[in-house]
Amino acid sequence: MQLPLKRRTRNEILTHIALIFVVLVVMSPVLFALAKSTQTRAEVYRFPPMLGPGTAGLFNYRAVWNQFDLGIFMKNTLIVAGIVMFFKTLFSMLAGLGLVYFDFPLKDFVFYFILFTLMMPTEIMIVALFKLVSELGWGDSYAALTVPFLASATGVFLFRQHFSSIPADLADAARVDGAGPVRFLWSILVPMSWNTIAALALIQFIYMWNQYIWPLVVIRENARQLIQVGLRGLTNQQDTTNWGFVMAAAILAMLPPMIVFILLHEQFTKGFALGREK
Amino acid sequence: MSTARFKGRWLPWLFLLPTLIILLVFLYYPVIQTFRLSFYRVAFLGLKTQFSGLENYIDLAKDSTYHHTVWVTVVVAAAVVVIGLSVSLAIAMLANQKIRGASVYRILLIWPFALSPAVAGVVFLFMFSPGFGVVNYITSLITGTELNWLGNPRLAILLVIMASVWKNLGYNIVFYLAALQNLNTEVLEAASIDGANAWKRFRHVTFALLSPMTFFLLITNITYSFFDVFGMIDILTKGGPLDATNVMIYNLYRDAFEYYKTGLASAQSVILFLLVVGLTLIQFRTSGRQVHYGG
Repeated sequence: MQLPLKRRTRNEILTHIALIFVVLVVMSPVLFALAKSTQTRAEVYRFPPMLGPGTAGLFNYRAVWNQFDLGIFMKNTLIVAGIVMFFKTLFSMLAGLGLVYFDFPLKDFVFYFILFTLMMPTEIMIVALFKLVSELGWGDSYAALTVPFLASATGVFLFRQHFSSIPADLADAARVDGAGPVRFLWSILVPMSWNTIAALALIQFIYMWNQYIWPLVVIRENARQLIQVGLRGLTNQQDTTNWGFVMAAAILAMLPPMIVFILLHEQFTKGFALGREK
Repeated sequence: MSTARFKGRWLPWLFLLPTLIILLVFLYYPVIQTFRLSFYRVAFLGLKTQFSGLENYIDLAKDSTYHHTVWVTVVVAAAVVVIGLSVSLAIAMLANQKIRGASVYRILLIWPFALSPAVAGVVFLFMFSPGFGVVNYITSLITGTELNWLGNPRLAILLVIMASVWKNLGYNIVFYLAALQNLNTEVLEAASIDGANAWKRFRHVTFALLSPMTFFLLITNITYSFFDVFGMIDILTKGGPLDATNVMIYNLYRDAFEYYKTGLASAQSVILFLLVVGLTLIQFRTSGRQVHYGG
Protein backbone atom coordinates (compact mmCIF):
# COMPACT_ATOMS: atom_id res chain seq x y z
CA MET A 1 0.00 0.00 0.00
CA GLN A 2 1.43 3.38 -1.00
CA LEU A 3 1.30 6.15 1.54
CA PRO A 4 1.36 9.81 0.51
CA LEU A 5 4.96 11.00 0.07
CA LYS A 6 4.91 13.45 2.97
CA ARG A 7 3.68 10.87 5.42
CA ARG A 8 6.25 8.41 4.15
CA THR A 9 9.22 10.68 4.79
CA ARG A 10 7.82 11.57 8.19
CA ASN A 11 7.51 7.89 9.04
CA GLU A 12 11.03 7.27 7.82
CA ILE A 13 12.47 10.02 10.01
CA LEU A 14 10.58 8.65 13.02
CA THR A 15 11.97 5.17 12.30
CA HIS A 16 15.50 6.56 12.11
CA ILE A 17 15.07 8.34 15.44
CA ALA A 18 13.66 5.22 17.07
CA LEU A 19 16.48 3.04 15.68
CA ILE A 20 19.21 5.44 16.79
CA PHE A 21 17.68 5.53 20.25
CA VAL A 22 17.51 1.72 20.45
CA VAL A 23 21.08 1.32 19.15
CA LEU A 24 22.34 3.78 21.78
CA VAL A 25 20.50 1.98 24.58
CA VAL A 26 21.75 -1.45 23.48
CA MET A 27 25.30 -0.17 23.09
CA SER A 28 25.39 2.02 26.21
CA PRO A 29 27.00 -0.54 28.55
CA VAL A 30 29.83 -1.07 26.08
CA LEU A 31 30.26 2.66 25.37
CA PHE A 32 30.38 3.22 29.12
CA ALA A 33 32.98 0.46 29.52
CA LEU A 34 35.00 1.94 26.66
CA ALA A 35 35.06 5.40 28.26
CA LYS A 36 35.96 4.03 31.69
CA SER A 37 38.71 1.85 30.22
CA THR A 38 40.67 5.03 29.47
CA GLN A 39 40.29 6.66 32.89
CA THR A 40 42.67 6.75 35.82
CA ARG A 41 41.54 5.47 39.20
CA ALA A 42 40.79 9.03 40.32
CA GLU A 43 38.79 9.77 37.17
CA VAL A 44 36.77 6.58 37.61
CA TYR A 45 35.72 7.57 41.12
CA ARG A 46 34.91 11.19 40.22
CA PHE A 47 31.46 12.42 41.21
CA PRO A 48 29.26 13.01 39.26
CA PRO A 49 30.52 10.20 36.99
CA MET A 50 32.78 11.23 34.14
CA LEU A 51 31.46 9.78 30.90
CA GLY A 52 34.01 11.00 28.37
CA PRO A 53 37.44 9.54 27.61
CA GLY A 54 40.05 9.79 30.35
CA THR A 55 43.81 10.25 30.32
CA ALA A 56 45.02 6.70 31.02
CA GLY A 57 43.96 4.81 27.90
CA LEU A 58 47.26 3.35 26.74
CA PHE A 59 48.46 2.91 30.30
CA ASN A 60 45.41 0.84 31.33
CA TYR A 61 45.51 -1.40 28.26
CA ARG A 62 49.24 -1.96 28.57
CA ALA A 63 48.93 -2.73 32.29
CA VAL A 64 46.23 -5.39 31.91
CA TRP A 65 48.01 -6.92 28.92
CA ASN A 66 51.36 -7.27 30.69
CA GLN A 67 50.93 -7.14 34.48
CA PHE A 68 47.59 -8.88 34.69
CA ASP A 69 48.41 -11.64 32.21
CA LEU A 70 45.63 -10.74 29.80
CA GLY A 71 48.01 -11.34 26.90
CA ILE A 72 48.61 -14.89 28.16
CA PHE A 73 44.89 -15.58 28.67
CA MET A 74 44.06 -14.30 25.19
CA LYS A 75 46.82 -16.36 23.59
CA ASN A 76 45.71 -19.51 25.45
CA THR A 77 42.09 -19.00 24.46
CA LEU A 78 43.06 -18.38 20.85
CA ILE A 79 45.00 -21.66 20.74
CA VAL A 80 42.22 -23.65 22.41
CA ALA A 81 39.49 -22.13 20.24
CA GLY A 82 41.62 -22.64 17.11
CA ILE A 83 42.24 -26.34 17.84
CA VAL A 84 38.56 -27.00 18.54
CA MET A 85 37.40 -25.07 15.47
CA PHE A 86 39.74 -26.96 13.16
CA PHE A 87 39.15 -30.49 14.41
CA LYS A 88 35.45 -30.13 15.04
CA THR A 89 34.91 -28.85 11.52
CA LEU A 90 37.05 -31.69 10.10
CA PHE A 91 35.41 -34.45 12.18
CA SER A 92 31.91 -33.10 11.52
CA MET A 93 32.57 -32.98 7.79
CA LEU A 94 33.88 -36.57 7.78
CA ALA A 95 30.87 -37.74 9.79
CA GLY A 96 28.55 -35.92 7.39
CA LEU A 97 30.27 -37.64 4.47
CA GLY A 98 29.78 -41.03 6.14
CA LEU A 99 26.11 -40.39 6.88
CA VAL A 100 25.09 -38.93 3.52
CA TYR A 101 27.15 -40.80 0.93
CA PHE A 102 27.20 -44.33 2.36
CA ASP A 103 24.74 -47.04 3.22
CA PHE A 104 25.63 -49.21 6.15
CA PRO A 105 23.89 -51.27 8.81
CA LEU A 106 23.05 -49.41 12.04
CA LYS A 107 22.94 -46.08 10.20
CA ASP A 108 19.73 -45.12 12.02
CA PHE A 109 21.30 -46.09 15.31
CA VAL A 110 24.34 -43.90 14.61
CA PHE A 111 22.05 -41.03 13.66
CA TYR A 112 20.14 -41.19 16.94
CA PHE A 113 23.34 -41.79 18.90
CA ILE A 114 24.59 -38.43 17.64
CA LEU A 115 21.20 -36.72 17.89
CA PHE A 116 20.73 -37.53 21.58
CA THR A 117 23.93 -35.70 22.53
CA LEU A 118 22.05 -32.45 21.84
CA MET A 119 20.54 -33.01 25.27
CA MET A 120 23.90 -33.20 27.05
CA PRO A 121 25.41 -29.77 27.68
CA THR A 122 28.76 -29.81 29.48
CA GLU A 123 27.29 -28.13 32.56
CA ILE A 124 25.04 -31.10 33.25
CA MET A 125 27.84 -33.63 33.59
CA ILE A 126 30.47 -31.30 34.95
CA VAL A 127 31.11 -33.39 38.08
CA ALA A 128 31.64 -36.65 36.19
CA LEU A 129 33.58 -35.00 33.36
CA PHE A 130 35.89 -33.39 35.88
CA LYS A 131 36.42 -36.79 37.50
CA LEU A 132 37.12 -38.44 34.14
CA VAL A 133 39.57 -35.75 33.06
CA SER A 134 41.40 -35.93 36.40
CA GLU A 135 41.65 -39.72 36.14
CA LEU A 136 43.15 -39.32 32.68
CA GLY A 137 45.75 -37.03 34.26
CA TRP A 138 44.61 -34.08 32.17
CA GLY A 139 44.07 -31.60 35.00
CA ASP A 140 45.45 -28.15 34.16
CA SER A 141 46.08 -29.04 30.51
CA TYR A 142 45.02 -27.95 27.03
CA ALA A 143 43.85 -31.54 26.47
CA ALA A 144 41.13 -31.04 29.11
CA LEU A 145 40.07 -27.80 27.44
CA THR A 146 39.95 -29.15 23.89
CA VAL A 147 39.48 -32.92 23.49
CA PRO A 148 35.99 -33.17 25.07
CA PHE A 149 34.75 -30.54 22.59
CA LEU A 150 36.14 -31.93 19.33
CA ALA A 151 32.84 -33.42 18.21
CA SER A 152 29.28 -32.16 18.23
CA ALA A 153 25.87 -33.06 16.94
CA THR A 154 25.37 -29.48 15.77
CA GLY A 155 28.39 -29.74 13.45
CA VAL A 156 27.48 -33.18 12.09
CA PHE A 157 23.89 -32.18 11.36
CA LEU A 158 24.89 -28.91 9.72
CA PHE A 159 27.08 -30.80 7.23
CA ARG A 160 24.59 -33.63 6.85
CA GLN A 161 21.87 -31.14 5.96
CA HIS A 162 24.13 -29.25 3.59
CA PHE A 163 25.51 -32.35 1.83
CA SER A 164 21.97 -33.69 1.34
CA SER A 165 21.10 -30.50 -0.55
CA ILE A 166 23.97 -30.99 -3.03
CA PRO A 167 22.82 -32.72 -6.27
CA ALA A 168 23.45 -36.46 -6.08
CA ASP A 169 24.77 -36.66 -9.69
CA LEU A 170 27.97 -34.98 -8.53
CA ALA A 171 28.94 -37.98 -6.43
CA ASP A 172 28.03 -40.29 -9.33
CA ALA A 173 30.23 -38.31 -11.68
CA ALA A 174 33.06 -38.43 -9.17
CA ARG A 175 32.75 -42.20 -8.86
CA VAL A 176 32.71 -42.67 -12.62
CA ASP A 177 35.86 -40.57 -12.79
CA GLY A 178 37.40 -42.97 -10.32
CA ALA A 179 37.61 -40.50 -7.45
CA GLY A 180 37.28 -42.00 -3.99
CA PRO A 181 35.24 -40.38 -1.21
CA VAL A 182 38.24 -38.49 0.20
CA ARG A 183 39.07 -36.91 -3.18
CA PHE A 184 35.35 -36.19 -3.61
CA LEU A 185 35.20 -34.51 -0.21
CA TRP A 186 38.32 -32.45 -0.80
CA SER A 187 37.79 -31.29 -4.37
CA ILE A 188 33.99 -31.09 -4.64
CA LEU A 189 32.28 -30.91 -1.24
CA VAL A 190 34.69 -28.56 0.53
CA PRO A 191 34.59 -25.86 -2.18
CA MET A 192 30.77 -26.04 -2.06
CA SER A 193 30.59 -25.82 1.72
CA TRP A 194 32.28 -22.55 2.63
CA ASN A 195 29.12 -21.03 4.10
CA THR A 196 28.53 -24.05 6.30
CA ILE A 197 32.18 -24.15 7.33
CA ALA A 198 32.11 -20.44 8.16
CA ALA A 199 28.87 -20.79 10.12
CA LEU A 200 30.24 -23.64 12.20
CA ALA A 201 33.60 -21.92 12.69
CA LEU A 202 31.80 -18.79 13.89
CA ILE A 203 29.59 -20.47 16.50
CA GLN A 204 32.49 -22.66 17.65
CA PHE A 205 34.83 -19.71 18.04
CA ILE A 206 32.30 -17.72 20.05
CA TYR A 207 31.34 -20.77 22.11
CA MET A 208 34.95 -21.62 22.96
CA TRP A 209 36.03 -18.02 23.52
CA ASN A 210 33.16 -17.44 25.95
CA GLN A 211 33.50 -20.70 27.90
CA TYR A 212 33.44 -20.07 31.62
CA ILE A 213 32.45 -22.86 33.99
CA TRP A 214 34.66 -25.59 32.49
CA PRO A 215 38.00 -23.70 32.58
CA LEU A 216 37.02 -22.37 36.02
CA VAL A 217 36.73 -25.93 37.29
CA VAL A 218 39.54 -27.66 35.45
CA ILE A 219 42.36 -25.08 35.28
CA ARG A 220 44.21 -24.05 38.43
CA GLU A 221 47.38 -22.53 37.02
CA ASN A 222 47.23 -18.95 35.77
CA ALA A 223 49.66 -19.70 32.95
CA ARG A 224 47.06 -21.95 31.31
CA GLN A 225 43.90 -20.06 32.21
CA LEU A 226 41.43 -18.83 29.59
CA ILE A 227 40.22 -15.29 29.09
CA GLN A 228 36.78 -15.33 30.76
CA VAL A 229 38.03 -16.79 34.02
CA GLY A 230 41.02 -14.44 33.83
CA LEU A 231 38.56 -11.55 33.63
CA ARG A 232 36.84 -12.86 36.75
CA GLY A 233 40.18 -12.79 38.58
CA LEU A 234 40.53 -9.05 37.92
CA THR A 235 37.30 -8.20 39.77
CA ASN A 236 37.98 -10.35 42.79
CA GLN A 237 39.83 -7.78 44.89
CA GLN A 238 36.67 -5.77 45.68
CA ASP A 239 38.09 -2.74 47.52
CA THR A 240 41.33 -2.37 45.63
CA THR A 241 39.89 -3.10 42.18
CA ASN A 242 41.07 -0.61 39.58
CA TRP A 243 37.96 -0.42 37.42
CA GLY A 244 39.81 1.28 34.60
CA PHE A 245 41.89 -1.89 34.30
CA VAL A 246 38.85 -4.16 34.51
CA MET A 247 37.01 -2.26 31.78
CA ALA A 248 40.10 -2.29 29.54
CA ALA A 249 40.27 -6.07 30.05
CA ALA A 250 36.55 -6.42 29.28
CA ILE A 251 36.94 -4.47 26.04
CA LEU A 252 39.94 -6.59 24.97
CA ALA A 253 38.09 -9.79 25.89
CA MET A 254 35.09 -8.93 23.71
CA LEU A 255 37.07 -7.84 20.65
CA PRO A 256 38.08 -11.16 19.01
CA PRO A 257 34.61 -12.79 18.95
CA MET A 258 33.10 -9.51 17.83
CA ILE A 259 35.52 -9.16 14.93
CA VAL A 260 34.89 -12.77 13.88
CA PHE A 261 31.14 -12.21 14.13
CA ILE A 262 31.15 -9.03 12.06
CA LEU A 263 33.32 -10.70 9.40
CA LEU A 264 31.29 -13.90 9.16
CA HIS A 265 27.72 -13.04 10.13
CA GLU A 266 26.45 -13.13 6.56
CA GLN A 267 27.92 -16.57 5.92
CA PHE A 268 26.45 -17.57 9.26
CA THR A 269 22.96 -16.60 8.14
CA LYS A 270 23.43 -18.43 4.83
CA GLY A 271 25.08 -21.45 6.44
CA PHE A 272 22.10 -21.94 8.69
CA ALA A 273 19.80 -21.43 5.72
CA LEU A 274 18.22 -18.56 7.63
CA GLY A 275 18.40 -16.04 4.87
CA ARG A 276 16.00 -15.66 1.97
CA GLU A 277 16.23 -18.61 -0.39
CA LYS A 278 18.19 -17.62 -3.47
CA MET B 1 17.45 -38.88 1.37
CA SER B 2 18.82 -41.78 -0.64
CA THR B 3 22.01 -40.44 -2.09
CA ALA B 4 24.25 -43.32 -1.05
CA ARG B 5 26.87 -43.26 -3.79
CA PHE B 6 30.03 -44.84 -2.49
CA LYS B 7 30.67 -48.44 -1.55
CA GLY B 8 32.65 -49.71 1.37
CA ARG B 9 31.89 -51.66 4.50
CA TRP B 10 34.38 -50.10 6.86
CA LEU B 11 34.89 -46.73 5.20
CA PRO B 12 31.77 -44.98 6.63
CA TRP B 13 32.70 -46.19 10.11
CA LEU B 14 36.19 -44.84 9.64
CA PHE B 15 34.75 -41.41 8.76
CA LEU B 16 32.38 -41.49 11.74
CA LEU B 17 34.90 -42.88 14.20
CA PRO B 18 36.44 -39.63 15.55
CA THR B 19 33.00 -38.15 16.24
CA LEU B 20 31.59 -41.34 17.75
CA ILE B 21 34.57 -41.92 20.04
CA ILE B 22 34.52 -38.37 21.40
CA LEU B 23 30.77 -38.42 21.94
CA LEU B 24 30.96 -41.81 23.65
CA VAL B 25 33.88 -41.02 25.96
CA PHE B 26 33.21 -37.38 26.76
CA LEU B 27 29.41 -37.16 26.62
CA TYR B 28 27.73 -40.55 27.09
CA TYR B 29 30.17 -41.91 29.64
CA PRO B 30 30.07 -38.84 31.93
CA VAL B 31 26.27 -38.71 31.72
CA ILE B 32 26.04 -42.37 32.78
CA GLN B 33 28.61 -41.72 35.50
CA THR B 34 26.53 -38.78 36.73
CA PHE B 35 23.55 -41.09 37.21
CA ARG B 36 25.76 -43.59 39.04
CA LEU B 37 27.40 -40.98 41.28
CA SER B 38 24.00 -39.63 42.28
CA PHE B 39 23.37 -42.88 44.19
CA TYR B 40 26.57 -42.54 46.20
CA ARG B 41 27.61 -40.38 49.07
CA VAL B 42 31.06 -39.04 49.76
CA ALA B 43 32.32 -39.20 53.32
CA PHE B 44 35.48 -38.23 55.18
CA LEU B 45 36.52 -35.33 52.93
CA GLY B 46 36.23 -37.30 49.73
CA LEU B 47 38.27 -40.25 50.92
CA LYS B 48 35.42 -42.72 51.00
CA THR B 49 32.30 -43.21 48.88
CA GLN B 50 29.42 -45.38 49.89
CA PHE B 51 26.23 -46.46 48.19
CA SER B 52 23.31 -44.51 49.55
CA GLY B 53 20.43 -45.36 47.24
CA LEU B 54 18.01 -42.50 46.77
CA GLU B 55 19.21 -40.57 49.81
CA ASN B 56 20.62 -37.67 47.78
CA TYR B 57 17.30 -37.25 46.00
CA ILE B 58 15.34 -37.50 49.24
CA ASP B 59 17.59 -34.86 50.80
CA LEU B 60 16.98 -32.54 47.88
CA ALA B 61 13.24 -33.13 48.02
CA LYS B 62 13.21 -32.15 51.72
CA ASP B 63 15.68 -29.26 51.50
CA SER B 64 13.93 -25.90 51.47
CA THR B 65 17.13 -24.22 50.23
CA TYR B 66 16.99 -26.40 47.13
CA HIS B 67 13.29 -25.61 46.62
CA HIS B 68 14.23 -21.95 46.72
CA THR B 69 16.96 -22.61 44.12
CA VAL B 70 14.41 -24.18 41.77
CA TRP B 71 12.06 -21.23 42.30
CA VAL B 72 14.83 -18.70 41.51
CA THR B 73 15.68 -20.63 38.33
CA VAL B 74 12.04 -20.55 37.22
CA VAL B 75 11.76 -16.81 37.92
CA VAL B 76 14.96 -16.00 36.01
CA ALA B 77 13.99 -18.24 33.07
CA ALA B 78 10.47 -16.80 32.85
CA ALA B 79 11.74 -13.21 32.99
CA VAL B 80 14.52 -13.83 30.46
CA VAL B 81 12.06 -15.45 28.05
CA VAL B 82 9.20 -12.96 28.38
CA ILE B 83 11.22 -9.73 28.57
CA GLY B 84 14.01 -10.90 26.27
CA LEU B 85 11.78 -12.19 23.48
CA SER B 86 9.35 -9.26 23.47
CA VAL B 87 12.13 -6.66 23.47
CA SER B 88 14.02 -8.56 20.75
CA LEU B 89 10.96 -8.94 18.56
CA ALA B 90 10.14 -5.24 18.88
CA ILE B 91 13.72 -4.28 17.96
CA ALA B 92 13.83 -6.78 15.09
CA MET B 93 10.59 -5.39 13.64
CA LEU B 94 11.96 -1.87 13.87
CA ALA B 95 15.22 -2.91 12.17
CA ASN B 96 13.28 -4.76 9.48
CA GLN B 97 11.82 -1.51 8.09
CA LYS B 98 12.97 -0.71 4.58
CA ILE B 99 14.92 2.49 5.16
CA ARG B 100 18.32 3.83 4.20
CA GLY B 101 21.19 2.45 6.23
CA ALA B 102 19.16 -0.53 7.42
CA SER B 103 22.14 -2.89 7.20
CA VAL B 104 24.24 -0.58 9.40
CA TYR B 105 21.53 -0.51 12.06
CA ARG B 106 21.29 -4.29 11.88
CA ILE B 107 25.01 -4.79 12.54
CA LEU B 108 24.86 -2.31 15.42
CA LEU B 109 21.96 -4.25 16.93
CA ILE B 110 23.11 -7.85 16.56
CA TRP B 111 26.72 -7.55 17.73
CA PRO B 112 25.86 -8.54 21.33
CA PHE B 113 25.65 -12.05 19.81
CA ALA B 114 29.41 -12.25 20.44
CA LEU B 115 29.25 -11.07 24.06
CA SER B 116 30.20 -13.45 26.83
CA PRO B 117 28.32 -13.83 30.12
CA ALA B 118 31.50 -12.86 31.97
CA VAL B 119 31.94 -9.59 30.04
CA ALA B 120 28.28 -8.75 30.56
CA GLY B 121 28.69 -9.56 34.25
CA VAL B 122 31.78 -7.41 34.69
CA VAL B 123 30.30 -4.38 32.93
CA PHE B 124 26.99 -4.61 34.82
CA LEU B 125 28.81 -5.09 38.11
CA PHE B 126 30.66 -1.85 37.51
CA MET B 127 27.62 0.09 36.29
CA PHE B 128 25.52 -0.91 39.30
CA SER B 129 28.21 -0.66 41.97
CA PRO B 130 27.28 1.38 45.02
CA GLY B 131 29.17 4.65 45.35
CA PHE B 132 30.52 5.16 41.86
CA GLY B 133 28.38 3.13 39.42
CA VAL B 134 26.69 5.30 36.82
CA VAL B 135 23.27 3.66 37.12
CA ASN B 136 23.33 4.21 40.84
CA TYR B 137 24.12 7.84 40.25
CA ILE B 138 21.10 8.19 37.96
CA THR B 139 18.72 6.29 40.25
CA SER B 140 19.87 8.35 43.21
CA LEU B 141 19.13 11.56 41.26
CA ILE B 142 15.59 10.31 40.62
CA THR B 143 14.72 8.61 43.90
CA GLY B 144 16.98 10.58 46.20
CA THR B 145 18.36 7.42 47.80
CA GLU B 146 21.10 5.02 46.80
CA LEU B 147 19.73 1.71 45.63
CA ASN B 148 21.79 -1.21 46.86
CA TRP B 149 21.60 -3.37 43.74
CA LEU B 150 24.00 -6.01 45.00
CA GLY B 151 22.79 -6.11 48.61
CA ASN B 152 19.01 -6.16 48.18
CA PRO B 153 17.68 -9.62 47.21
CA ARG B 154 14.96 -8.30 44.89
CA LEU B 155 17.21 -5.80 43.16
CA ALA B 156 19.98 -8.40 42.79
CA ILE B 157 17.73 -10.78 40.89
CA LEU B 158 16.50 -7.89 38.76
CA LEU B 159 20.13 -7.04 38.00
CA VAL B 160 20.89 -10.63 36.93
CA ILE B 161 17.78 -10.63 34.72
CA MET B 162 18.72 -7.31 33.07
CA ALA B 163 22.28 -8.46 32.36
CA SER B 164 21.00 -11.79 30.98
CA VAL B 165 18.43 -10.15 28.73
CA TRP B 166 21.00 -7.68 27.42
CA LYS B 167 23.57 -10.36 26.67
CA ASN B 168 21.07 -12.47 24.72
CA LEU B 169 19.57 -9.61 22.68
CA GLY B 170 21.92 -10.16 19.73
CA TYR B 171 21.13 -13.87 19.49
CA ASN B 172 17.36 -13.31 19.58
CA ILE B 173 17.46 -10.39 17.14
CA VAL B 174 19.55 -12.36 14.60
CA PHE B 175 16.97 -15.15 14.51
CA TYR B 176 13.91 -12.88 14.57
CA LEU B 177 15.32 -10.69 11.79
CA ALA B 178 15.98 -13.75 9.64
CA ALA B 179 12.44 -14.99 10.25
CA LEU B 180 10.95 -11.57 9.48
CA GLN B 181 12.87 -11.37 6.22
CA ASN B 182 11.47 -14.73 5.17
CA LEU B 183 7.88 -13.67 5.91
CA ASN B 184 5.46 -13.67 3.07
CA THR B 185 4.66 -9.97 2.69
CA GLU B 186 1.64 -10.69 0.48
CA VAL B 187 -0.33 -11.94 3.46
CA LEU B 188 0.40 -8.72 5.33
CA GLU B 189 -0.61 -6.60 2.36
CA ALA B 190 -3.80 -8.59 1.96
CA ALA B 191 -4.58 -8.02 5.63
CA SER B 192 -4.00 -4.29 5.37
CA ILE B 193 -6.24 -4.10 2.28
CA ASP B 194 -8.88 -5.93 4.27
CA GLY B 195 -8.72 -3.03 6.71
CA ALA B 196 -6.86 -4.68 9.57
CA ASN B 197 -5.08 -2.05 11.65
CA ALA B 198 -1.41 -2.25 12.57
CA TRP B 199 -1.97 -3.99 15.90
CA LYS B 200 -4.35 -6.56 14.38
CA ARG B 201 -1.92 -7.17 11.51
CA PHE B 202 0.85 -7.78 14.03
CA ARG B 203 -1.18 -10.04 16.30
CA HIS B 204 -3.02 -12.12 13.76
CA VAL B 205 -0.54 -12.22 10.91
CA THR B 206 3.08 -11.39 11.83
CA PHE B 207 3.07 -12.92 15.28
CA ALA B 208 1.21 -16.01 14.07
CA LEU B 209 3.65 -16.54 11.19
CA LEU B 210 6.61 -16.05 13.54
CA SER B 211 5.38 -18.57 16.10
CA PRO B 212 7.71 -21.43 15.01
CA MET B 213 10.70 -19.10 15.49
CA THR B 214 9.31 -17.82 18.80
CA PHE B 215 8.97 -21.40 19.95
CA PHE B 216 12.54 -22.24 18.92
CA LEU B 217 13.80 -19.16 20.77
CA LEU B 218 11.67 -20.03 23.79
CA ILE B 219 13.50 -23.34 24.16
CA THR B 220 16.99 -21.94 23.51
CA ASN B 221 16.37 -19.04 25.91
CA ILE B 222 15.22 -21.40 28.66
CA THR B 223 18.37 -23.48 28.15
CA TYR B 224 20.40 -20.25 28.17
CA SER B 225 18.89 -19.14 31.47
CA PHE B 226 19.53 -22.59 32.96
CA PHE B 227 23.24 -22.71 32.12
CA ASP B 228 24.83 -19.63 30.53
CA VAL B 229 23.78 -17.29 33.34
CA PHE B 230 26.34 -19.08 35.49
CA GLY B 231 29.17 -16.74 34.49
CA MET B 232 27.06 -13.67 35.10
CA ILE B 233 25.91 -14.80 38.53
CA ASP B 234 29.41 -15.90 39.53
CA ILE B 235 30.74 -12.43 38.77
CA LEU B 236 27.76 -10.30 39.85
CA THR B 237 26.35 -11.84 43.00
CA LYS B 238 27.90 -15.26 43.72
CA GLY B 239 24.37 -16.51 44.25
CA GLY B 240 23.64 -13.96 46.95
CA PRO B 241 22.48 -11.99 48.73
CA LEU B 242 20.75 -14.59 50.96
CA ASP B 243 20.64 -17.05 48.03
CA ALA B 244 18.40 -14.64 46.10
CA THR B 245 20.20 -15.38 42.80
CA ASN B 246 21.27 -18.94 43.61
CA VAL B 247 20.04 -20.72 40.48
CA MET B 248 20.21 -24.51 40.09
CA ILE B 249 23.47 -24.57 38.13
CA TYR B 250 25.18 -22.28 40.63
CA ASN B 251 24.01 -24.34 43.60
CA LEU B 252 25.25 -27.49 41.83
CA TYR B 253 28.65 -25.93 41.19
CA ARG B 254 29.05 -24.91 44.82
CA ASP B 255 27.97 -28.28 46.18
CA ALA B 256 30.40 -30.03 43.84
CA PHE B 257 33.47 -27.82 43.89
CA GLU B 258 33.27 -25.84 47.13
CA TYR B 259 31.67 -28.34 49.51
CA TYR B 260 32.81 -31.50 47.66
CA LYS B 261 29.39 -33.14 47.93
CA THR B 262 29.82 -35.02 44.67
CA GLY B 263 26.80 -37.29 45.13
CA LEU B 264 24.43 -34.47 46.00
CA ALA B 265 25.70 -32.41 43.07
CA SER B 266 25.26 -35.37 40.72
CA ALA B 267 21.66 -35.79 41.84
CA GLN B 268 21.12 -32.11 40.98
CA SER B 269 22.74 -32.75 37.58
CA VAL B 270 20.32 -35.60 36.95
CA ILE B 271 17.37 -33.33 37.76
CA LEU B 272 18.67 -30.65 35.36
CA PHE B 273 19.34 -33.32 32.74
CA LEU B 274 15.76 -34.58 32.94
CA LEU B 275 14.50 -31.01 32.53
CA VAL B 276 16.65 -30.54 29.40
CA VAL B 277 15.51 -33.90 27.99
CA GLY B 278 11.91 -32.82 28.51
CA LEU B 279 12.47 -29.49 26.74
CA THR B 280 14.34 -31.13 23.86
CA LEU B 281 11.64 -33.76 23.36
CA ILE B 282 9.00 -31.03 23.20
CA GLN B 283 11.16 -29.27 20.63
CA PHE B 284 11.66 -32.41 18.49
CA ARG B 285 7.92 -33.10 18.63
CA THR B 286 6.91 -29.71 17.38
CA SER B 287 9.62 -28.93 14.87
CA GLY B 288 11.07 -32.17 13.58
CA ARG B 289 14.17 -30.80 11.94
CA GLN B 290 15.32 -27.91 14.10
CA VAL B 291 18.95 -28.06 15.12
CA HIS B 292 20.37 -26.77 18.39
CA TYR B 293 22.43 -23.69 17.56
CA GLY B 294 24.39 -23.56 20.80
CA GLY B 295 27.57 -25.64 21.05
